[in-house]
Amino acid sequence: MDILIQQVVSGLATGGIYGSVALALVMIYQATDVVNYAQGEMAMFSTYLAWTMLNAGVPYWLAFAATLVVSFVLGVAIERIVIRPVEGAPVLTIVIVCIGLLVILNSVAGWIYSYIQKPFPSPFPPKPIRVGNIYFGAHDIGALAVTLLVLAGLYVFFRFTTLGLAMRAAAQNPVSSRLCGIRVGWMLAIGWGLAALVGAVAGMMVAPIVFLDPNMMAGILIYAFASATLGGFTSPGGAVLGGLIVGVIENLAGTYVHFIGTELKLTVALALILIVLLVRPSGLFGRAAIHRV
Amino acid sequence: MPPRAVRIGVVLVALAVALALPLTLSNFRLFQFTQVFIYAIALLGLNILTGYNGQISLGHGAFYAIGAYTTAIMIDQWNVSYGWTILVAGVLCLVVGFLFGIPALRLEGLYLALATFALALAVPQILKYFEHWTGGSQGIVLSKPSAPWGLKLNPDQWLYLMTLGVLVLLFVLAANLLRGRTGRAIVAIRDNPIAAEAMGVNTALYKSLAFGVSAAYTGIAGALSALVIAFVAPDAFNVFLSITFLTGIVIGGLASISGAIFGALFIQFIPNWAQDISKAAPWAIYGVFLIGFMYVMPRGIAGALRLAAAGWWRRRPEPPAAAARSRR
Repeated sequence: MDILIQQVVSGLATGGIYGSVALALVMIYQATDVVNYAQGEMAMFSTYLAWTMLNAGVPYWLAFAATLVVSFVLGVAIERIVIRPVEGAPVLTIVIVCIGLLVILNSVAGWIYSYIQKPFPSPFPPKPIRVGNIYFGAHDIGALAVTLLVLAGLYVFFRFTTLGLAMRAAAQNPVSSRLCGIRVGWMLAIGWGLAALVGAVAGMMVAPIVFLDPNMMAGILIYAFASATLGGFTSPGGAVLGGLIVGVIENLAGTYVHFIGTELKLTVALALILIVLLVRPSGLFGRAAIHRV
Repeated sequence: MPPRAVRIGVVLVALAVALALPLTLSNFRLFQFTQVFIYAIALLGLNILTGYNGQISLGHGAFYAIGAYTTAIMIDQWNVSYGWTILVAGVLCLVVGFLFGIPALRLEGLYLALATFALALAVPQILKYFEHWTGGSQGIVLSKPSAPWGLKLNPDQWLYLMTLGVLVLLFVLAANLLRGRTGRAIVAIRDNPIAAEAMGVNTALYKSLAFGVSAAYTGIAGALSALVIAFVAPDAFNVFLSITFLTGIVIGGLASISGAIFGALFIQFIPNWAQDISKAAPWAIYGVFLIGFMYVMPRGIAGALRLAAAGWWRRRPEPPAAAARSRR
């Protein structure tokens, strides 16, 4: 029983990270109908920026905040420079451009920082927290708390600010929004910026666990895809919940189903994606897409 | 557009050059060109699916891996002669591709890209897991086949000629398939699935068929690569292999048969050359070319050449007889 609870909690912690990457994917998808294949690499790149600052002796939380700001600006810049020219292009074009972006970010990170794994510090104490007979990793709890904090922040932003309202309007009905005087193009750019920011948080929270290297996000991205698919690509809340569910499933399957272990983890994500897409393509909380013929 | 005779002439000259290469090039260069042919077969396969049929696959490395491992395991475990293994690899991938195409019917655009992307990421792990068959991360070492029928060729020359033969055969088959009724159905589904269905095209059948044929081509390419490199290992079939294929068809030219050759030349030689700058440089170049081609040359090298040829043919000076006719 103790092991079960412990596994569930650490599953929730990694699930929170999947959930935040999934949330970033869903935010971009809702605003622009683009599934951003480069989301993971953007997060990885942000984490390297944080690492550079930490190495230069900047205190952790200052570096954290600075990384968020820089990531936001980079996200906006990517939308303006790379994505905007292909807005409204066929799906194939957009997928190819995103894959191009993925490859560029990955190789530039490898070029600058080499492919050698680097340790990344955790802001939380290394001492585990003890509740009864159960030990929780402080980083697990901390990462979960930070993720939930970011989500709460986003919720408040979208629900209670004018800019958030404008962004939701631009995503839902671009033409009417433009007629109301909302600058739709910039709303999309801000959406990319926010997604980059959320990705940066996820990157900095996961790096202490998986170590920092240019390919660190590949596995996380596929889990984020699985989470977003499970929750539904049209539902931000669903994506986060999907992430938590996927994290717990992954941990429990790894512990209790012996033939899976750690070796077939990615295959589990693949199977999950396929099953959800076949059984309920819109996910648990998504709206089914309706096409006008 | 230049007349058909001119185009056939270009193909024949290219073929003659390809046949003359073994006489002049070193074994290493021949090996590189064999690789180009293999990539060309795989790219043609992916192009049938993505370029002509409009189904996005980011996971064709998986079929390449299935082909390569089919050949390697059959030779390593059961001592089957290598010629048969290529055939079996093709048939197996045809079946697997067709079956994968059935769930893919329900997935459109982005979702199919996503499912195949997940497939590409999962393949190395699956290969490592079935260690008993695949040799785990150590892979399987094969030996290069020598030339049959007492031909006085070294293994590299023989593999080059054999691959060239397979390439020509598969290209002719693909050209026939795509030019006829089937090809029109496949393209119609890409351009307007609803109209195609209204015209009586069996969308489900043709989409699965395109998936199967595409996988078979890529599987045969994988089988040939196992023979030529004489080694298979799981980490060679990672997600970047699939991205390499995608890069190849985008640069060579989407929905173009000759584009497969240009794309293959690009993915074989550009990384070699870029490697000298940095280990990461080939990928940076891939990325820049992927995005750049989408902006300025969405039909790739083949498309640009076709435009240039058509323009040149229109502007060439008129022969006197034709000029006299048009004046009358």
